[in-house]
Amino acid sequence: MTLGYAALDLARFQFAFTISAHIIFPAFTIGLASWLAVLNGLWLTTRDDGYIRLFDQWKTIFAVVFGMGVVSGIVMSYQFGTNWSVFSDKTGPVIGPLMGYEVLSAFFLEAGFLGIMLFGRERVGHRLHFVATLVVAAGTLFSAFWILSVNSWMQTPAGYGVNAVGQFVPEDWWAIIFNPSFPYRLVHMVLAAYLTTAFVVGAVGAWRLLKEPANRGARTMFSMAMWMALIVAPIQIVAGDLHGINTLEHQPAKVAAMEGHFETRAPAPLILFGLPDDEAEVTRYAVEIPWLGSLILTHSLDGEVKGLKAFPKEDRPKSALIFWTFRIMVATGVAMMAVGLWAGVARWRGSLYSAPWLHRAAVAMGPSGFLAVLCGWITTEAGRQPWTVHGLLRTADSASPLDAPAVGASLLAFIVVYFAVFGAGTFYVLRLMGKRPESGPDIDDLGPTRSAGITPWPALKRRPRATPAE
Amino acid sequence: METDLAFIWAGLIAFAVLAYVILDGFDLGVGMLTALVRGRERRETMMNSVAPVWDGNETWLVLGGGGLFAVFPLAYSIVMPALYAPIIAMLLGLIFRGVSFEFIHRTRRGRFLWEWGFAGGSLVAALAQGVALGALVQGIAVEGRAYAGGWWDWLTPFSVLTGVAVAAGYALLGATWLIMKCEGDLQRTARDYAWIAAAATLALIAVVSVITPFLDPVYAERWLGWPTILFSAVVPLLVAACAWALYTGLVSGHDTRPFLASLGIFALCFIGIGISFYPNMIPPSVSIADAAAPDESLWFLLVGALVLIPLILAYTGYAYWVFRGKVKAGEGYHA
Repeated sequence: MTLGYAALDLARFQFAFTISAHIIFPAFTIGLASWLAVLNGLWLTTRDDGYIRLFDQWKTIFAVVFGMGVVSGIVMSYQFGTNWSVFSDKTGPVIGPLMGYEVLSAFFLEAGFLGIMLFGRERVGHRLHFVATLVVAAGTLFSAFWILSVNSWMQTPAGYGVNAVGQFVPEDWWAIIFNPSFPYRLVHMVLAAYLTTAFVVGAVGAWRLLKEPANRGARTMFSMAMWMALIVAPIQIVAGDLHGINTLEHQPAKVAAMEGHFETRAPAPLILFGLPDDEAEVTRYAVEIPWLGSLILTHSLDGEVKGLKAFPKEDRPKSALIFWTFRIMVATGVAMMAVGLWAGVARWRGSLYSAPWLHRAAVAMGPSGFLAVLCGWITTEAGRQPWTVHGLLRTADSASPLDAPAVGASLLAFIVVYFAVFGAGTFYVLRLMGKRPESGPDIDDLGPTRSAGITPWPALKRRPRATPAE
Repeated sequence: METDLAFIWAGLIAFAVLAYVILDGFDLGVGMLTALVRGRERRETMMNSVAPVWDGNETWLVLGGGGLFAVFPLAYSIVMPALYAPIIAMLLGLIFRGVSFEFIHRTRRGRFLWEWGFAGGSLVAALAQGVALGALVQGIAVEGRAYAGGWWDWLTPFSVLTGVAVAAGYALLGATWLIMKCEGDLQRTARDYAWIAAAATLALIAVVSVITPFLDPVYAERWLGWPTILFSAVVPLLVAACAWALYTGLVSGHDTRPFLASLGIFALCFIGIGISFYPNMIPPSVSIADAAAPDESLWFLLVGALVLIPLILAYTGYAYWVFRGKVKAGEGYHA
């Protein structure tokens, strides 16, 4: 069951596996919650039923994904204790209260209002139902705020002291919460979540447009998603650049590993591709662009960029993995921006809904957000190694005193259950996405008669001018 | 001052755990009972009676775990490895239970799978929680700042007994919840199960209560010593009063009294555990004061907790109020 792996390796793999499975869901629901709130708001202001039909289709998808996020998240909140008990004992006084605030200010909020958002529109009325939708969206953002503060503190610890029994203790809560990498990480992740959702929604819209170019729901989805891509993808690239510079300042070894630099150089090239060999301390077959490394990282042509050899070997992250995950993330981000621009041009030319190749590209880019988010997190987390708290607490000194078979058995159970349960969930979600947007009228036969005929009664009451057509 | 803050927090964590036990207790109980009830529509009504609230109920478990990590990190880091297998089993059970609420409506052919996932996941989670409780009551071996026992220590006849007791108790909560939320035929079925679950729960509580004082001389002193027995005897007397209320509620066909009486029984058992444990966090050797994080951590989270917990209770109450009254068959959402 342990295949010769030590308990520590198995615990690391278990964390990597369960957190990777988990992050997929919030990366999607953070953006989806906000989008649903926007759809709900648009419907309340315009009373255009196209919006509420989309809301109803996507709220079901939201419910399925959110449920998977909840159950995989509870696993995370207990895993700190089960597999990383020494880490928990030492860091609990500092990051524990931040997670406590996440539970109190975010989880309860989401859970308390989710029921009303999903089941309660008829019971509480449209306005309160909209408030519930907004509250759920706010809850997902509060959650992101606190958990990213926790992660950022592990990357760039600040505001702490160490007590007699070796625990980190809080000295300045402001410095702890707003630690040096937190603002960058928060912006980068929230934008990533919005982009992830935009590309999923865009792909669903595009897939439908390929079959029915006149489908109104598909047009709304595709149009809104491509606005997001056009506006947010470039902002994300700037935010990512600033995040990278912040990392260079606080975790230079991570950046060296991401870039495959073993030697310290000024000016430094940008290694486009290559095969970093951590044992031999060299990046083989490197394809380099002179000066560009310095330009990107120091924003000057001859700035010095530290290589991994500048750090003791036992303090270095492994380059072989994160060199590639970083590149995949960046390439995905650039592709997102390109699709956004392409759609922008198509919109300007008036061919947004009649551009099959654009739609095919958007379908292909549907999962791109998940790919980028996973690769980004692997880069930053594997890049923090060999530490759990950067520079202060080693991963090897953080694990629980468990025997390998115990960790191996739980790992096996998680793998089997996650693939079965979340595999089924993904299948159901894809099937929901493939459904034709609720029997709404096509854009061509969208006349007052049809629209009034399917408008719910309260909307008719508010807009009597729609009724004479009946 | 230090002990005072730690004591307040011990109280708050205890409150979170109690809130979890009674709230998710009836959810899990309803889940287990779906395995026994015939007719897909009736099972669906049972599920719909908890669908809008289960997520909020489960969040108290995250507060219990997350709160322990924040304010008693030492206790968290000792208990989790000590109860490794039951905790993992509980998490896996909760995964199946939680996703089933949505998955069940997403497939016709595979529906039976998620019906089993819902019932089985609920049962596994309930048993695992009861086993974990029993293992904790028995005491946990600690050396320095770490768990020092083996990875099967949690499995004893006593912990199996508490596992069954908690599962029976959750079934009682679930059955009495259904009496309150359902009508007609399903309500009658729920009342039948409530009788069985009530008898089993009370019998198991009695057995566990008789065994507990023999596990640790401290427990015996607390429960049977003079003059503490004057105070501790109040608890079993009140349990008896709740049991009487439950009996009359079931006999008279009352809608809400059986559920409220069952809640009372759970709260009293919980207080009983508190009487046994105090002033320890983890019997027999880690006290509340030992396990507490520094005052700065306790203060910082306490400020938020004192503002946010009343708010949480208010909007949770509102959510329950929105979904008040009887669940009708076929109501709920299947979009």
